[in-house]
Amino acid sequence: MGFPIWPKPWVKILAPRIGYLPLLVPHIKPHFSSTLPPGIDTVWFDYKGLPLKWYIPTGILFDLLCSEPERPWNLTVHFRGYPGNILIPCEGEDSVKWSFINSLKEAAYIINGNCKSVMNMSQPDQVELWRSVINGNLEAYIRVSSKLKLGTVGDEYAADLYSSSFNSRQSIGDTDSTGQVKTGRVPVRLYVWSVNEDFDDLEDAPQIDSWDKISYVNRPVEIHGEEGKCFTLHDAVKSLLPEYFPYKSLNNEESSREEDKNEEKVPSENLSEHVESCYPSDDAEVKLVRIQGIEPKLEIPFSWVVNNMVNPEHFLHLCVCLKLPQVKIPSDT
Amino acid sequence: MDVLSCDGTLSSGDFRLAACAFMEKWKSVMSASPPWSWVPCPKQPWGASHDVEGYLSLENIILRSIEEEHDELSCPQKEETSCSEKAEPIDIATLVQSNCSKVRYYDLHIIYSASYRVPVLFFRAYYSDGEPLGFNEIEKDLPAHSVKALLDSKWTFITQEEHPYLNRPWFKLHPCGTSEWMKLLFHVDVALAKNGVAIELYLLSWLSVVGQVVGLRIPLEMLNQL
Repeated sequence: MGFPIWPKPWVKILAPRIGYLPLLVPHIKPHFSSTLPPGIDTVWFDYKGLPLKWYIPTGILFDLLCSEPERPWNLTVHFRGYPGNILIPCEGEDSVKWSFINSLKEAAYIINGNCKSVMNMSQPDQVELWRSVINGNLEAYIRVSSKLKLGTVGDEYAADLYSSSFNSRQSIGDTDSTGQVKTGRVPVRLYVWSVNEDFDDLEDAPQIDSWDKISYVNRPVEIHGEEGKCFTLHDAVKSLLPEYFPYKSLNNEESSREEDKNEEKVPSENLSEHVESCYPSDDAEVKLVRIQGIEPKLEIPFSWVVNNMVNPEHFLHLCVCLKLPQVKIPSDT
Repeated sequence: MDVLSCDGTLSSGDFRLAACAFMEKWKSVMSASPPWSWVPCPKQPWGASHDVEGYLSLENIILRSIEEEHDELSCPQKEETSCSEKAEPIDIATLVQSNCSKVRYYDLHIIYSASYRVPVLFFRAYYSDGEPLGFNEIEKDLPAHSVKALLDSKWTFITQEEHPYLNRPWFKLHPCGTSEWMKLLFHVDVALAKNGVAIELYLLSWLSVVGQVVGLRIPLEMLNQL
C-alpha cells in the first residue's frame, strides 16, 4: 500500500484482508514521525478523497472500492482533521477490538439465538482470540473460537467436499447426525453497490466517490433445508435481493440445469456474463458477487462458502454490484 | 389484538405494527409532548417491493444534567435566543456563562434489528448551535444507574455505531440482552405468558425499560394500559 505524504512520499505495507486499517498505525507512524507537527494524532485513511471506514475489514474496503483490483492500493494517511461527521471515533486498537467483539456477539446471537458464549468468554481467551486475529495466527484462532460453539449449518456437507469432486452436480441437503435436514441463520453483512451505466470490463466500472453509493446491512440468511436439494450461494443471494431474481419459481434442479446450459457457453472466470445470462432482467441485474476478493460461481453450496470464506467475527461479507435502470426524465420537446 | 410468541423477539412486520400502535398511544396520552413519528426510508436493494422500511423518531428533546434540574433558569424551546430572569434582565456579556449554553438536545430513534429481532435505541446529542456532544458530555446527562452500568461494561452497554439508515455515527444501547429481559418482563404477567404478548404493548413495555437508561420516563397513564 502506498501512503503519499511529503517529504517521505510513501511506505509499503502488506495489510491482511481480515484486519482493520487502524491496526497498521504502529507500523506506519514511525515512518512519518519526523514530519508530524506537535499535537495529538487521530489517524485516518482515505482512498481518492473518500474517508475509509475503519470498522469495515480492510479486504472488504478493497473489494468495494477497487472493482478492478489496484496493486499496490494507494491510500493516503492523515494524522489530523478526523472526519467525525462520517467516521465513528477510533481510539486506537481498543476501539477496533470492541468493534470486533460486538460483531462477534451479533454473529453468535444470529447463529445460536443468544450471545452467552461470547459474553462468558474468559479474559485470557478474549485476549488470545484478539491477538490471534491481529497476528493472523490461525491455529490459536481455531483453538479459542471453537470454544464459542459457533459451528455453522451444513458442516457435514462441507466436510464431504474435501473428499468429493467440486464439479459433482449432486444436490445434497444439509443434514445433521440424525439425517434431519438442517435449517439455520447465517450472519451475513451485505454490501450493495449500485450503478446506472452498464460496463463490460471491471476497469470501466464507475468510481465510488461517496459512501452514499453503497448500501450495507447486517442481514441473516435463513437456510431452509429441503431433502435432496442443496442450498446454494445463488439461493442465499436471491433471499437477500429478491427483487433482482426474476426466476423465483425455479427449484434447485431447474436452476442447476439452467446453469449447466449456460456454463457450456460461458467461461467460468467471466462472472458478470455468467450472472447476466442466468438472471436476465429488463430492469436490473446482478453484475458482480464478490466474497474475499473472488467472484465465486453462484451454484457453489452456501455451506461451503460460509465455512471457508467467513471472516473471524463469523460474518460472511458479501459484496454485490447491481446495475439499476436509469431513470428517464421526459423532455419538454 | 395480534399476539406475539413469548421469546422476547418480534418480526420486522410486527415491529411496524407495534410502532403504529405506540405512536397512537403516545399521541393520545402525551398530547402536549412532541410526538414520535415514523420515518420511512428510501427503498433499499435488499427490501422486497412490499416491505416498508423505516424507524421511529423523537427529535429535539431537552435533557438536563442533575445539577441543572435545580436551576430556575430554563430554555424550553430550541428557537429561543435569550433567557430572562424574573427580577432583572441579564447583561448579554454574562449570557455566555449562563446555563442556557448547557442545554442539550437529543434525537432518539427506535430501529428494528434484523440480527437480534428486537428494537434498538439509537440516539445522538447536540448543543443549540448544532455542535455534537461527545460521549463524555452525554455521560453527564445519564441517570446514576446508567453511569454505574457504563463503568461496569463500557463497550457492551452503550456503543457508538453507524446509524443503519443515515450512515452517520450515533450512539446505541446494545441489544444483545433485550430479548432475554423482554421475555422475563412478559413472563411476570401470567396472562401474557399464557396467551401471547399483544404486539401493541411490545414497544411500550420495551421503552419503559430502555427509556430509563437515557432518562426518558414513560408516563404512568401510558403504563396503566399494560
